[in-house]
Amino acid sequence: MNLDAIHQLFAITLPESILEIASILILVVDLGFFRTPARRAAHAARMTTASVLGVLGCLASLAWLIAHPATASVMDGALVATPVVAAAQAGILALTALVLVLGLTSRFTRNPGEYVALVLLSTTGMMLVAAARDLLLIFVALELLSLSLYVLAAFSKSSPRSAEAALKYYLFGGMSAAFLLFGFSYLYGIAGTTSLVGIAAALATGTTPLALVALVLVAVGLGFKVAVVPFHLWAPDTYQGAPAPVAALIASGSKVASFAVLIAVTAALIPSPGWTEVLLAMAAASILLGNLAALVQTSVRRLLAYSAIAHAGYMLLGISAHSPQSNQAVLLYALTYALTTVGAFAVVAIVERQSGHDRFSPDRPGSDRPGSDRLDAFAGLSARNPILAGTLLLFLLSLAGIPPLVGFWVKFNLFAAVLQSPSAHTWSLAAVILAVAASAVSLYYYLQVLKRAYVLPPAHPEPIPVSFVEMTVLVLIALATLALGLAPNLLVQWIPIG
Amino acid sequence: MLALTIYISFAGALLLALMPKATPALARAVALVTALAGFSVALLGFFSPASSAFIADCAWIPSLGIRYTLAADGISRVLVLLTGLAAVSGVLFSWNIARRTSEFFAFFLALIGGVYGVFLSADLFLLFVFYEIAIVPKYFLIAIWGSTRREYAAMKLALYSFLGSAMVLVGLLAAYAVSGGHSMNLQALAQYPFPVAFQMWAFPLVFVGFAILAGMWPFHTWAPTGHVAAPTAASMLLAGVVMKLGAYGCLRVAMTLFPHGLDPWGWSFLGIGSWRMVFALFAVIGIVYGAAVALVQNDFKFVIGYSSVSHMGLVLLGLMTLSQIGLDGAVLQMFSHGILAGLLFATVGRIVYERAHTRDLDALSRMHLGKSMPFAAWLFVLAGMASMGLPGFSGFIAELQVLIGAWTAFPWFAAVAGVGIVVGVAYTWRAMQRAFFTDAPAPSAAPHTPDASEHSFEPITWAEKAGVLLLLAASLAVGLYPRLLLDAITPAVLALPHTLLTGGRL
Repeated sequence: MNLDAIHQLFAITLPESILEIASILILVVDLGFFRTPARRAAHAARMTTASVLGVLGCLASLAWLIAHPATASVMDGALVATPVVAAAQAGILALTALVLVLGLTSRFTRNPGEYVALVLLSTTGMMLVAAARDLLLIFVALELLSLSLYVLAAFSKSSPRSAEAALKYYLFGGMSAAFLLFGFSYLYGIAGTTSLVGIAAALATGTTPLALVALVLVAVGLGFKVAVVPFHLWAPDTYQGAPAPVAALIASGSKVASFAVLIAVTAALIPSPGWTEVLLAMAAASILLGNLAALVQTSVRRLLAYSAIAHAGYMLLGISAHSPQSNQAVLLYALTYALTTVGAFAVVAIVERQSGHDRFSPDRPGSDRPGSDRLDAFAGLSARNPILAGTLLLFLLSLAGIPPLVGFWVKFNLFAAVLQSPSAHTWSLAAVILAVAASAVSLYYYLQVLKRAYVLPPAHPEPIPVSFVEMTVLVLIALATLALGLAPNLLVQWIPIG
Repeated sequence: MLALTIYISFAGALLLALMPKATPALARAVALVTALAGFSVALLGFFSPASSAFIADCAWIPSLGIRYTLAADGISRVLVLLTGLAAVSGVLFSWNIARRTSEFFAFFLALIGGVYGVFLSADLFLLFVFYEIAIVPKYFLIAIWGSTRREYAAMKLALYSFLGSAMVLVGLLAAYAVSGGHSMNLQALAQYPFPVAFQMWAFPLVFVGFAILAGMWPFHTWAPTGHVAAPTAASMLLAGVVMKLGAYGCLRVAMTLFPHGLDPWGWSFLGIGSWRMVFALFAVIGIVYGAAVALVQNDFKFVIGYSSVSHMGLVLLGLMTLSQIGLDGAVLQMFSHGILAGLLFATVGRIVYERAHTRDLDALSRMHLGKSMPFAAWLFVLAGMASMGLPGFSGFIAELQVLIGAWTAFPWFAAVAGVGIVVGVAYTWRAMQRAFFTDAPAPSAAPHTPDASEHSFEPITWAEKAGVLLLLAASLAVGLYPRLLLDAITPAVLALPHTLLTGGRL
């Protein structure tokens, strides 16, 4: 590798490097400045410092990304920079920044420095995943992303739920990573190269039964990352047990990155027969099971987890269509879905915190009063905090796909792209019908939450206090779901087709 | 100019949503001003001469070829006028809402805005957006301010509506994809020659999707429970305009886009040989069934709820006649039923129920309301007569036109529908008799227990009188001079695809 190539590599991975530097800086500040026991005890100050530094890191990286649009590929195409990749990366950075801001007041950890540093590390993984076009690099980046998230899921050390969440996430994740690696090794054996372009070329010239085995193994590995049926079992427990900001991160940035890589892998595997069918089957199963299982949930986090499975099904449907339009539609869907979910999780976290206050006398000090995310905790939300309830209304209706919110438009765009794709056939139409029908079902469970928030009287009448920063960010996200739904052009122009 | 109706309503809704702490009086005033403003615009737009005016047209989502296009032909203008009337009278009859008043009117006006939008959209994507915007406020209006089994009824209504709109969405997506994905404009798509085989499955899908909201038998069951549970203003809107959204969608979208979906299948089963016959049969069953069930109800509001199913059956029958007079009648019946159902729900749900605190006909029959509440009694006599088709009111001319159209298209169905109208007379008389004019004294009541007839009810408020006056005047005006509306409706009907006017291919 000559000097020029190294220079280029640094140039296109600069956003990731900024994140790495920021995460090291955070660790240094947390261990250095907050060294004395008195300072270490100032949890709020440490959390704020670490989060602010983290957000600044994300914003710096984002600014660089936007200021330097590049189309390049280094290391024989292992890592690429295109406008589409840049859009996904920018979305991931923005989502991470939002998660950090909304987590400012969480008190689940006594190690805020490590927490924020790990969040930035996993974000680095997400960005690399989105840009990687080589099996090895994809795997390494996925592991960076996953390992950071396993640790983060366990970060609430005093909560057994958090430990359970992390253990399940880790066991399923480790298993699926093994499958993925196994599948990748077969692909390498068939094609003799680890580059996705090379694999596509090799599969196009003729396929072996071995390819089918490889496909299934890859589907297991990536299906786990995006949480589609039948590899979804970790999702409800992890969403429920992990600390709220971490759950939001798993549901947002990690999803965007995984769908970006799924699009890239699909481009390589599409010549092989069977891949579309595998994707369609997983999509249909996820849409059905996700929506049906969500109907009976009483925990809002689990409800969001099952709804995430259903949404992953819709996106998988888009990936199976595999046209430039549908790829763009999937990315749009993933980004807006992630944005809405971050907002919804933030509201859930606030309600949970408050339900902890409701159950225990307010004079009991301490940081770890366990809250509840049960449906009943949302009763009378509109009377206790109308603005908070209003944002929840917008988030959930957007997830349900009610116009004029952005959730409707991305759904329409996705399904239209699926039907219009050159590879569309009867099965695509059937799958779209299933998806549209299932999203009619989904309104029921979203309305279950909104019914608590708007119709039922509050069990505790006192208002829910929300910090100014949290409220501002929530209102901004809610306005974004509305504005992007009214003027979808803003999004379309931002993410080019291709 | 008519586009203002949409913006005014949403602006009012937004304003009310942003001031949750406003006093009820202020919220009412804002709502009334908004509704009146919308109504005035609708009225001005109705009498403005431009017959098929494009109101607004600009690029919205260029990548999908979707434009923000609003247009109003005669049918739209009539229904916009109806919406304006329903909005104003709905606000007047909700004058007594004291709990969460500004929220109530915010949802109310959001619903009204969505309805205006549907009637004015000329782009199918836009139409669908407005159509779905109208679903969510209905849920909250019923679930928060409703009565009998309100949460169940609200959820049922929301799910039925959403299921219907999902069917419509599938049809629209398919039509969009088949036509090449260049445009969602109604006129452009209507001119696209969809393959007949495609129309054969897309037409019933979209038609049923819309007809669910129009209360077509056997998908009508949301309607009675929804109407009964809803607060008065919401019942008035549900029966008055929301069911019209469904019928309007059937005509404007399903029948206009896929006229060949009405063609014969080429084989027949028990004399049913096309989707046209199937839906005409459903409509006739709805007319008779709704009337028959209304005849045995004991809850006063259920009587009106089922009568709506019956009257909407007439609208659907009119659509299926595929003749100018039948379609004229269908649109006129939409208007007429919107006014009269509103009036009946206002009488039963607001004027009687808020004072007598019961809707049970047995209980009402012991109260001698004819003496203690003469205003309500006379009002119900008038509204009931109008609703059963007394000449001089709007219902008569509409039903006549539908039946004439049906007579030429399918005589047997017309005869059965006529029976349904006779049953309509029966249930109206029965309800009237039992609620207001029973002589029977309270059974076994000791002479000194306070008799119900001695109740002095609160006087009728000015808001109620104004609302009643508005609706009665509208019904009388159209009944005495139907050309008022027909002059607008007929040219719009004649502009529909040719096959819809010539009886199709039976």
